Amino acid sequence: MSELAERFETHDPGEKQIAEKIRCDACPVMCYIADGRTGACDRYGNVGGRIVRMDPLTILDHAAETGAAVVPFVAEGEAWNGELVNTGRRFVTAIGAGTTYPDYKPAPFIVSQEVEGVDLVTVVTEGIFSYCGVKVKIDTDRHIGDETAIVRAGGEAIGHVTTGEYGSQMVSLGGVHHLTGGSKQEGRATCDALLNLCNRKPVELTIDGGATVIVEAGKAPVIDGKVEHRMRVGCGSATIGMFATQWCGLVDEVVVVDDHITGVVSEHQAGKVLGWEDTGIKIIGRRSTPGRYFKVSEPGLGWGGTSISDPLSILGDWNAKKGARPGLSLLMVSTTGEQFAYYELDDDLKPVEKPFPERLQKSVGLIEDNCEPALCTVLFIGGAGGSLRAGVTENPVNLTRSVQGLKTYVTVGGAPVYVWPGGGITLMVDVTRVPEGAFGYVPTPALVAPIEFTMRRDDYVRLGGYEGEIRSVEDILARGGEYLNPRSNTGAPVNNPWPPLAQLRRAAANGAR
Amino acid sequence: MQGPQAHWLADGRRLHLNHGPIDLIVEAFGEPDECRAAYAQAVDRFQAILMELVNELPELRLPAFFLAPRDFEGPTARRMEAAVIPLAECFITPMAAVAGSVADEILTAMLAGRQLDRAYVNNGGDCALHLDENQLMTVAIAGTGNGMADRVTIRTEDGVRGVATSGWRGRSFSLGIADAVTVLARTGAEADAAATLIANAVDLPGHPAIGRVSARDLAPDSDLGAQLVTQSVGPLSPGEAARALDNGLVVAEDFRRRGLIAASALFLAGEARISGSVALAASNKSPGKEVAHA
Repeated sequence: MSELAERFETHDPGEKQIAEKIRCDACPVMCYIADGRTGACDRYGNVGGRIVRMDPLTILDHAAETGAAVVPFVAEGEAWNGELVNTGRRFVTAIGAGTTYPDYKPAPFIVSQEVEGVDLVTVVTEGIFSYCGVKVKIDTDRHIGDETAIVRAGGEAIGHVTTGEYGSQMVSLGGVHHLTGGSKQEGRATCDALLNLCNRKPVELTIDGGATVIVEAGKAPVIDGKVEHRMRVGCGSATIGMFATQWCGLVDEVVVVDDHITGVVSEHQAGKVLGWEDTGIKIIGRRSTPGRYFKVSEPGLGWGGTSISDPLSILGDWNAKKGARPGLSLLMVSTTGEQFAYYELDDDLKPVEKPFPERLQKSVGLIEDNCEPALCTVLFIGGAGGSLRAGVTENPVNLTRSVQGLKTYVTVGGAPVYVWPGGGITLMVDVTRVPEGAFGYVPTPALVAPIEFTMRRDDYVRLGGYEGEIRSVEDILARGGEYLNPRSNTGAPVNNPWPPLAQLRRAAANGAR
Repeated sequence: MQGPQAHWLADGRRLHLNHGPIDLIVEAFGEPDECRAAYAQAVDRFQAILMELVNELPELRLPAFFLAPRDFEGPTARRMEAAVIPLAECFITPMAAVAGSVADEILTAMLAGRQLDRAYVNNGGDCALHLDENQLMTVAIAGTGNGMADRVTIRTEDGVRGVATSGWRGRSFSLGIADAVTVLARTGAEADAAATLIANAVDLPGHPAIGRVSARDLAPDSDLGAQLVTQSVGPLSPGEAARALDNGLVVAEDFRRRGLIAASALFLAGEARISGSVALAASNKSPGKEVAHA
């Protein structure tokens, strides 16, 4: 379905034809606005049959690549004029640019810049993404829900749990089926959750048959009310491998409890090479290779991502014939070092918990130190549709080819993106690299994201670009655009390259110059 | 489309909440931890408030019936209806109280389980106030230079927790010609609704210097429909301004005597009238002034 058709769905047929009155879709009130008037908010108005936005168009000032965000110095031959940042490297983002909807007409801004002697053009628009979603990586070994389990926000299905990654659980949210394929409430809840996640706000997700997780891009996940601090250092078996020498001589047996592979040092290859003696331990679970056990328990929120709160529950009877003896010492620890306990066998060969000995503190601390901080990572994923591409060139497929051929550099609010190989322009961007508040929505529901295409001017003209619409950065700073909104200068996020230069360097690396 | 926005103002002290036409300035005073929690509660409550109103917007734009309340689902919508019902002898829709009701709703959410000395939620001039024991808050009002103080001090014991201003120069349409009518009442919603009707009554029906346009022509989906709203006011003679103000004062006094509002101040063309007293008046010149405590 085209974006154009979808946008019309939110209106009654014929509504747009009411003479000189337009329906503003800047907020859910959706005022009708008469010509020359503003809506209830006083910030959007009807100027000659067009919604005029008073919010500023965002222009990023890129600091020199030294990484400093604010640099009151002379740079690139431009004398410092009292502004806080080096103004030599400006980038007109699509934030606040407006869209080409509903006409197939040139994008709101087509900006030219000369960089290192090459004329570059950046085409700037806000895209309406009906096909979009977010991929969320939640750093935790805790079981948050089964693969394919439904993920909900506000009670509505908005996505599902997908295949987990090393040390992380993965969740896939949004997509056209949740946005527009279900009930109105489902679409609204999905759009709300996506918008908040993309704008780096916290969102509470509940997983059918699983946990409740609060996800906020760049922050630690909160799982069933508990903040997750660390990623595991490795699976239980890997942990044994890494730390066996540290434990050797200090303790008779070590069990690293893990949801995936629980490790036992006396049986494990890493223990064997150190000459570790048998202890007669019995693990209740499916043995994989010596000292490595699958499925010691159901996944859960206990030790090492299992459902275990008492680690002794995974142990069977101790076998005296294979080395068990009164006084034998046992360390049990999780893969993050967050849970640990120390036991000694009594005369009946039953483990009894004892105060945790000083000599083992170091190894447990080392496991914890080796665990990276747990974060939530949110990637926006969306496909650039027909009308968006038509705003860039008269022949939209040329843009796709140019992007695929690395001749066009795509950014979202100035942030670099990953473009999927294959057909179309399907891109992913880390929302923490996009300036704050850059994402919006329309009531379709669909997300609005800024998108910029940067390429050589001659390439742009060749692919059927709107040469007559090209304007200089200075002109845009001075006069703004069709939407007449003011311009606002903001410092670009420090780690984002300046898009025109990034494209030039990439082209050079590919021999395209 | 922009979702709800929450930002600190440049002073780092006041919270700015914006979503579509709702524009709130929020400030809390008290223990820092309590204030922080209160701000978080305000932001939390703010997320859905506009959508809740939009869901019932068509019904909220229809007139209320005197003492016959309708059943609304949203808590803010219920506040709006409750505030206009006692005033619905003449035309009024719940939209007359929308700004004050939103302020009340956010303030209530902020205070839940919190201990604050003072707090306010200012929704474009329509405010909800919180005052703990033995507190006072000073509010700036428009229309100074008429022998009026430009500050009103509200004390805990006054029972005033809402301040609202209405007039044809403001963002909402008015049927009258008042430059501004400021009302003090028990809640933001009640102050907002009363200010709207008093400002409507400050009028000179049929006066040629007053430019009026059908609300529908200005805002096609206005709750005022085809009613004529004030778009310009030409020069008025002192006698005319006084007559218009006195028309409004009749309504203001009626509301005050019925206990619907605590006090009000009416401004037009450099003249003013005061109804009631919460230390509103610096001078005693106004003919309508009575000394009565709210």
